[in-house]
Amino acid sequence: MDFSYTETQDMIRETLSRFLADTYDFDSRGKMIASATGRDAGIWKALAQDLGMLGASFSEEHGGLGGGHLENALIMEELGKVIAIEPYLQTVVLGGGALKAVGGAIADAVIPEIIGGNVVIAFAYAEPQGRYNLANLRTTAKKDGAGYVLNGHKGVVYAAPWASHLLVTARTGGSGSEAAGVSLFLIDANLPGIVRRDYPTVDGFQASEIYFENVAIPGDALLGGEGAGLPLIEQIVDEATVAVCAEACGVTFKLHQGTLEYARQRNQFGQPISRFQVLQHRMVDMFMEVEQSKSMTTMATLKLDLPAAERMAAVSACKAKVSRAAKFVGQNAIQTHGGIGITQELAIGHYFKRATMIEGQFGSADHHFDRFEKLTLAE
Amino acid sequence: MQLEFSPEEIAFQQEVRSFIAENYPENLRSVQDEGHDLSKEDFLSWHRILAKKGWIAPAWPVEYGGTGWTATQRFIWSEELAAADCVGTMPFGLSMVGPVIYTFGTPEQKARFLPGILSGDDWWCQGYSEPGSGSDLASLRTKAVRDGDDYIVNGQKTWTTMAQHADWGFFLVRTDPDAKQQEGISFLLIDMKSPGVTVRPIITLGGEHEVNEVWLEEVRVPVDQRIYEENKGWTCAKFLLAHERTGIAAVARSKRGVEKIKQIARTEMDGDKPLLANAFFKRKISELEIDLTALEFTELRSLAGEAAGKGPGPESSLLKIKGSEIQQRITELALEAVGHYGAPYFRGFGEGDNEHPIGPDYAHRAAPTYFNTRKTTIYGGSNEIQRNIIAKMVLGI
Ligand SMILES: Cc1cc2nc3c(=O)[nH]c(=O)nc-3n(C[C@H](O)[C@H](O)[C@H](O)COP(=O)(O)OP(=O)(O)OC[C@H]3O[C@@H](n4cnc5c(N)ncnc54)[C@H](O)[C@@H]3O)c2cc1C
Ligand SMILES: Cc1cc2nc3c(=O)[nH]c(=O)nc-3n(C[C@H](O)[C@H](O)[C@H](O)COP(=O)(O)OP(=O)(O)OC[C@H]3O[C@@H](n4cnc5c(N)ncnc54)[C@H](O)[C@@H]3O)c2cc1C
Repeated sequence: MDFSYTETQDMIRETLSRFLADTYDFDSRGKMIASATGRDAGIWKALAQDLGMLGASFSEEHGGLGGGHLENALIMEELGKVIAIEPYLQTVVLGGGALKAVGGAIADAVIPEIIGGNVVIAFAYAEPQGRYNLANLRTTAKKDGAGYVLNGHKGVVYAAPWASHLLVTARTGGSGSEAAGVSLFLIDANLPGIVRRDYPTVDGFQASEIYFENVAIPGDALLGGEGAGLPLIEQIVDEATVAVCAEACGVTFKLHQGTLEYARQRNQFGQPISRFQVLQHRMVDMFMEVEQSKSMTTMATLKLDLPAAERMAAVSACKAKVSRAAKFVGQNAIQTHGGIGITQELAIGHYFKRATMIEGQFGSADHHFDRFEKLTLAE
Repeated sequence: MQLEFSPEEIAFQQEVRSFIAENYPENLRSVQDEGHDLSKEDFLSWHRILAKKGWIAPAWPVEYGGTGWTATQRFIWSEELAAADCVGTMPFGLSMVGPVIYTFGTPEQKARFLPGILSGDDWWCQGYSEPGSGSDLASLRTKAVRDGDDYIVNGQKTWTTMAQHADWGFFLVRTDPDAKQQEGISFLLIDMKSPGVTVRPIITLGGEHEVNEVWLEEVRVPVDQRIYEENKGWTCAKFLLAHERTGIAAVARSKRGVEKIKQIARTEMDGDKPLLANAFFKRKISELEIDLTALEFTELRSLAGEAAGKGPGPESSLLKIKGSEIQQRITELALEAVGHYGAPYFRGFGEGDNEHPIGPDYAHRAAPTYFNTRKTTIYGGSNEIQRNIIAKMVLGI
């Protein structure tokens, strides 16, 4: 057993943290969000080309640094510390994760492009009726000659307005929430018949409603076996869930730190409010939530390559805990700030918003308690 | 003690119910249903209807324009308003400064200010908090110096709700810098159009503009706009805070909120079943509902005490704490209920095409409302301060 980071991992964290300190201060982030595209594409290029960061979790054969889940986690944590709106989760963790899992020609073609910063992938999986059930799909991909024809509606697809590629879940067979018949595709985001309605999200990203209207896609867009994609989808979503938990560690760390700083300098009744014991204990509780989030994220990151049932139980345990921590830390950060906490001008509120969205991303605490129980509490 | 309404009370209930059904503005209903922000005009349209009917200020004494209803009738009235999902009335005139004026004001002040509050012609805002004086309100520094028949006021207020729409504001200002904190404060009514008053917006987390900074620079305020004696403003302020706290339980409105969540949970799908079939979600709704019942009966007991001549005392802090926590939990659950569609930020774009709507209407305000409602445990005396009050005044520690 060894919980220490390698020199390369320490270097990744330091390089990234320095870069983000220079580029991602609160004002710059606000400007990116307010700009026409809702982001600064130059940051993505720099992450790829100047820092080599997008290759951290890919193999050396593909031009990466040879890392994996741990690298993704520590990069996501740093991104969380500045509430970055970069499509790392979608492009590298989900898209890259799927490509690494299937390998072959498509991986050889696309992974180097991800590493080079030339590709942005959005993950089109959620449907209005499906909630957190990955198999509850109405989007269909019907076999048509060598390829498929895609029809359906995907909701709230983060990063879609920026995407060159879409990672899409669809039914090639079966119905309802059946496991069989679910397939995963990686397609060009600009194919004819793809209709998007773009919008900003409350946590600063851009997202879209995506409608597939008889979209013809080539046969080699299929990742993994036809109709047998669910285990792969569950795997990459688990990896993404842990990545989001790592992001939450960064977000809640800053929420706690910001609260502590504020409480030290805000005076009421002739003393810093940090002297009030009720606030002290609350900040201690926040601290403990942040620490436990880090512990659970470490645990789940290290278990991502275990057999599916063990992996799922670990990921659900982690997400259930982190979702609750995100809520607790976020709400109490605002409460401890008082009125100033609910203004747009202060960064703290924006961290709170991202923390809130993380609570439900890839499943609420309830959803994960439920999955955990199904896996671990046989009657 | 009895729980059932009397025949007279049932008749009253029918009367107010049909009045609301027949008079509530249609266009207001649709603005609310589609989840849009309400404008000042929206609020005023309903206010004016109630004013015309004479039902705008049920809590006021009859001589000043109240309805003379019993506590039970007032309870029925607020239940019916909430059940019909009517917009509220702005509290600053009707629940705050109005009672201060009819309790502490001179006959001239009553004649001058109460009619505008009732009619809705005058909108009010509350200028208490300052950047350096939030929970510790009595440390406020905005100062008023006597100059002939005027005060000259200088200072800065903040978090002033609706100041951008207000015709008048009631302000706490320091008139004696040498007295002990609470003893040097006066209660002034200031015309918001006075030279030297500047209102600057503060945008809150949901993107809304409801609070402001108010700067007062050499503002002349006639002495006859001071309520009660000079340096005795704290008495008015404390009286008003107690009034503010009773309404803050918001039981009827929260009941409506719980119903709305049930409605959402019946519509939202959780895979193959409606969300309401999800055991976890159901449990959260029932916990909320049971806590709300506990709050409701605590409020009813406290109202009974009031009717028996005991004014709202420090127990009203309990109503504020529990009421605000429940309001927050309702918004929390609503956000949870809408799942993925909590994320789109609707203030970020215009009307958009109808062919491709973004999620259900009920989801549009879920996240901003959740963010915004964090305020309820902060304003009106934060919940920490309310707990301090209970500890000191009720528990005696
Ligand atoms: C099962 C058991 C085994 C023990 N074994 C040992 C032992 O082997 N050796 C030994 O020396 N002692 C032992 N103790 C004693 C133990 O250390 C004391 O009980 C403990 O220090 C608390 O002191 P107290 O009981 O006097 O409670 P108090 O100190 O009177 O505290 C009463 C309550 O007030 C709270 N409180 C006190 N001060 C503060 C503050 N500043 N801020 C906030 N809250 C405060 C406490 O948290 C507690 O809730 C044992 C106690 C128990 C119950
Ligand atoms: C949306 C909104 C609308 C408002 N509208 C108005 C308005 O119209 N008019 C107006 O005058 N004001 C208004 N306020 C201001 C409101 O009354 C203050 O925000 C409130 O009094 C808290 O003050 P503060 O924000 O300065 O927080 P602070 O007083 O700085 O408090 C920060 C934190 O410290 C805690 N704290 C402070 N003292 C203690 C203590 N002794 N013990 C334990 N904890 C403590 C608080 O509970 C809080 O958690 C509004 C506020 C909001 C958020």
